[in-house]
Amino acid sequence: MSGFFKSSIGRKYAMALSAFFLMFFLLQHFAINILSVFSPDAFNEASHFMGTFWAVQYLLQPVLIFGVVFHFIMGFILEAKNRSARVVKYASNNGAANSSWMSRNMIYSGLAILGFIVLHFIDFWLPEINTKYIQGDMSGLLADGDGFRYYEELTHKFVNPIRVVAYIVAFVFLSLHLMHGFSSAFQSSGVSSMRKEKLQLFGKAYAIIIPLGFIFIALYHHFNH
Amino acid sequence: MNLTLKIWRQKDAQSKGKMVDYKVTEISEHMSFLEMMDVLNEQLINSGEEPVAFDHDCREGICGMCSMYINGEAHGPDRGVTTCQLHMRMFKDGDTITIEPFRAKAFPVLKDLVVDRGAFDRIQHAGGYISVNTSGNTQDANSLPISKHAADEAMDAATCIGCGACVASCKNSSAMLFVGAKVSQYALLPQGQIEATDRVKNMVAQMDLEGFGNCTNTGACEIECPKGISLDNIARMNRELLKANF
Repeated sequence: MSGFFKSSIGRKYAMALSAFFLMFFLLQHFAINILSVFSPDAFNEASHFMGTFWAVQYLLQPVLIFGVVFHFIMGFILEAKNRSARVVKYASNNGAANSSWMSRNMIYSGLAILGFIVLHFIDFWLPEINTKYIQGDMSGLLADGDGFRYYEELTHKFVNPIRVVAYIVAFVFLSLHLMHGFSSAFQSSGVSSMRKEKLQLFGKAYAIIIPLGFIFIALYHHFNH
Repeated sequence: MNLTLKIWRQKDAQSKGKMVDYKVTEISEHMSFLEMMDVLNEQLINSGEEPVAFDHDCREGICGMCSMYINGEAHGPDRGVTTCQLHMRMFKDGDTITIEPFRAKAFPVLKDLVVDRGAFDRIQHAGGYISVNTSGNTQDANSLPISKHAADEAMDAATCIGCGACVASCKNSSAMLFVGAKVSQYALLPQGQIEATDRVKNMVAQMDLEGFGNCTNTGACEIECPKGISLDNIARMNRELLKANF
């Protein structure tokens, strides 16, 4: 079994498994964020549950952090190995003739997403950890105690147009990454062929709808607060 | 037609190569690409220069020997053909054509456009066969029931001629389409089942040892493959390796 994950194909399985996990997480994240557009109360309740329920905080959160870190590190390791597999480059190479831009540039869209995650951690995750685990305030309430703080924090972040633009750019790259990554994860794990039309279509829909939804949320709060 | 050729020239495996420009004239559009190369070589020999070394054998698209990277694509701009089947009608008078060897660390250049594809042979030797005693008591092929679907898929996989266009086209120099095809052609048939576990493990281990890159599913290999080997074979190989390990 250890030999399996040392093999090129085993590593691709590991990459695909972490991708499946991250794509499921993204869906869940979107499902909660979109509540902020329809019902601030529902968004607050869901955020408070996710932010305080022990299984989410102490089981799922570490798994998520591991999944994100693993996906990036394995991505860099595979990229380095792939680059070293061709020492002398072609003088003329027509990559566009046989493959999509997205498939050839996963490392660059991935790096853009990594930049976004750093920004996102500074924006939301670090202040959250500070409030809950350093200051010890697990109440989830505003400083004046008048209701939950989550919706207020979210809308406050999207006042700054520069942050909104950065989010939009990052989600465009996420979309490009998912355009190839969704079907690629299935192909790598041997589940199905990426040429199967329905899977391709579903993957494209996911890659467009989810990032577009996140962009919509950012713009909605920017123009409504 | 008159053409300018930019060709990779490299004296031997140890030398550093470079692109060199040549002019060829009065090339017929009915010529194959290799016939055009023959014209160039005759021209070079007549002028006392070293001809361009390139691999070729059957010139019918069967043997898998020809291997040029033409204008940024393995076997050139046409689809479903090897270099020997590529015709000059794919080009226009006055065109500049760039001709390079297949590039991969696992395919070292021996001379000019000739690369050593022995890595493929070593992968085959690692498990791309079935152990059957064929001396005298060969079983009738029709005595084993095989579904038409499986037989067709196995045959499709077996059409791989091992030319290496998949490796050359892949941005990662991955050999997974080749190995996937060789694993699949046995995995789909009852004769291949007995050694299935060792076969996929050993062939993948040898593939990794040779220094090929990893597949990132760009699909370039499938598009450039002269035999149209499907990416399904890579997914099947991945499943076979999973089955073999767990």
